[in-house]
Amino acid sequence: MPWSARLAATVASVSFLAPSLAFADTAFSAAGSTALQPLVQAAADAYQQANSDTKISVTGGGSRTGLSLVASKAVELGDSDILAPPGSDALVDHRVAVIGFSVIVNPAAGVTGLTKKQVQDIFSLKVKNWKDVGGKDQAITVINRPASSGTRAVFVKTIMGGASLPATLTEDATGTVVQKVAQTAGTVSYAAFSGTHNQSGITELAIDGAAASEENVESGKYPFWSYEHIYTNGPPSKEISRFLAFLQSNSTIMHKTGYILVRDMKVTETDR
Amino acid sequence: MVGVRANKAHRDERIARFVLMSCSGIFVVAIALILGFLAFNGTKLFWGEHYSLLTFLFSTDWDALSGHFGAASFIAGSLVATGLAIAIGGPLGVAIGVFFSELAPKPVAAAFKPAIELLVGIPSVVYGWLGLTLLVPAIATVFHLGDGDSLLAAGVVLSIMILPTVISLSEDALRVVPDAMREGSAALGATRFETIVRVLLPSAASGLAVAVILGVARAIGETLAVQLVLGNAAIFPTSLLQPAAALTSEIVMDMGDAPDGSGFKDALFAMAFLLLLIAMGLIVLIRLALRRRT
Repeated sequence: MPWSARLAATVASVSFLAPSLAFADTAFSAAGSTALQPLVQAAADAYQQANSDTKISVTGGGSRTGLSLVASKAVELGDSDILAPPGSDALVDHRVAVIGFSVIVNPAAGVTGLTKKQVQDIFSLKVKNWKDVGGKDQAITVINRPASSGTRAVFVKTIMGGASLPATLTEDATGTVVQKVAQTAGTVSYAAFSGTHNQSGITELAIDGAAASEENVESGKYPFWSYEHIYTNGPPSKEISRFLAFLQSNSTIMHKTGYILVRDMKVTETDR
Repeated sequence: MVGVRANKAHRDERIARFVLMSCSGIFVVAIALILGFLAFNGTKLFWGEHYSLLTFLFSTDWDALSGHFGAASFIAGSLVATGLAIAIGGPLGVAIGVFFSELAPKPVAAAFKPAIELLVGIPSVVYGWLGLTLLVPAIATVFHLGDGDSLLAAGVVLSIMILPTVISLSEDALRVVPDAMREGSAALGATRFETIVRVLLPSAASGLAVAVILGVARAIGETLAVQLVLGNAAIFPTSLLQPAAALTSEIVMDMGDAPDGSGFKDALFAMAFLLLLIAMGLIVLIRLALRRRT
């Protein structure tokens, strides 16, 4: 067979096979929050196992990127830690999970809990030594997340009461933050439960007497938490509704990836 | 038959020429696209958002989510960290280059040269990680700081990272100095030290300048290692012991989550474009240094 004929045969057979490989009956994609990505990915994997005719692609990119992608219909699902900005009326919010955060300190600080006011004073740099909030005589070093971080946005809203944060040390990855706090005496920062629970070398602070636990988030005693949102552009299709319902109700996946089910919450908030 | 063979050779030649020209053509187009893309997006902040270029360059008011894009703290952080790296790594690198080229016994040079070149291949995250786990705590202890993340840490890590480049290039620059110069200097009764300082270093000056400038280029563009040890605090540097932020570290920390099409993203692009302009300026400097030599 001449090479051109062989090539033509190959192309024909590949294009014949390709649709059955690449194009499932239903396909949609999710992009956005890297904090939410593990949950969406795990749910997508399990969902595709059960529904082999559905193909879901999941990527990160950040909350704000996810919001702009879903607004421009580049993806069907926009994952976000934060609420869509006012004016994005076409976007429909689906609260798919709850995520808890901890304020973490190096154990040398000698504190295990603070009031919300004390945390505010520390992160606005009004209090500079742990002895002023009941700890040891040890200088306080504040580590924040970058301006674009969803975790930082939740911290500012739920703990700081909207007050802006002065420029301080900044780290962008949960792993780096936990490493720095464990390594450096006097440091304080914040990160999601999934990065702080069961980590040695750091103390997760109780806030206003409530420990940083899933139970206290569910009961509303602990303030530092937020909803995770998946936005659709307009009402979701039947297939997407099915997937969202699957994601929201699968407690095995939810707990394994460190999230809290919305239906377990005894309190609701409208602005997070 | 001869004619056929000549024809075939001619055809092969044309094919080879076509393939090579397409390769370089693709490369040139890719470079042009990158430059065009960065120039377009990197200036959008000024013609799209009508943000003042002077404010961008000289203001330290950075609150990107509220539309304040004063990048002076990042520019100064990059320049100070790079300056410190060159202040340490430049003279040290040239001195080690002199040692390998002029003084080291052959076996020593033969053993250490590959080791130095190996250092070029170590990923920057490794340098950054070593800096984060060894240098940063050491600086905190020595200077009694709460945290050792600082311009000093970044400068020291960068100086180590540029050393292999500076050493290799300055050694090469010295090796091309003709032996006649060394012999002439010795014949006039100069000591080895006098020969190096008065004859070799001046003759190799342009090559040494290139070595140092390439070190600057490496240092100012380094991202990961800097981000790990600099502290990334958007504060204008007033002390080497304070945390600061660099253009590169700020870009890498916020580029993922900055919304597309926002002034925030445009400001990050403008910072990237500024880095490109600095790199191009350094290349021009290298050209000038090399032209002086010839």
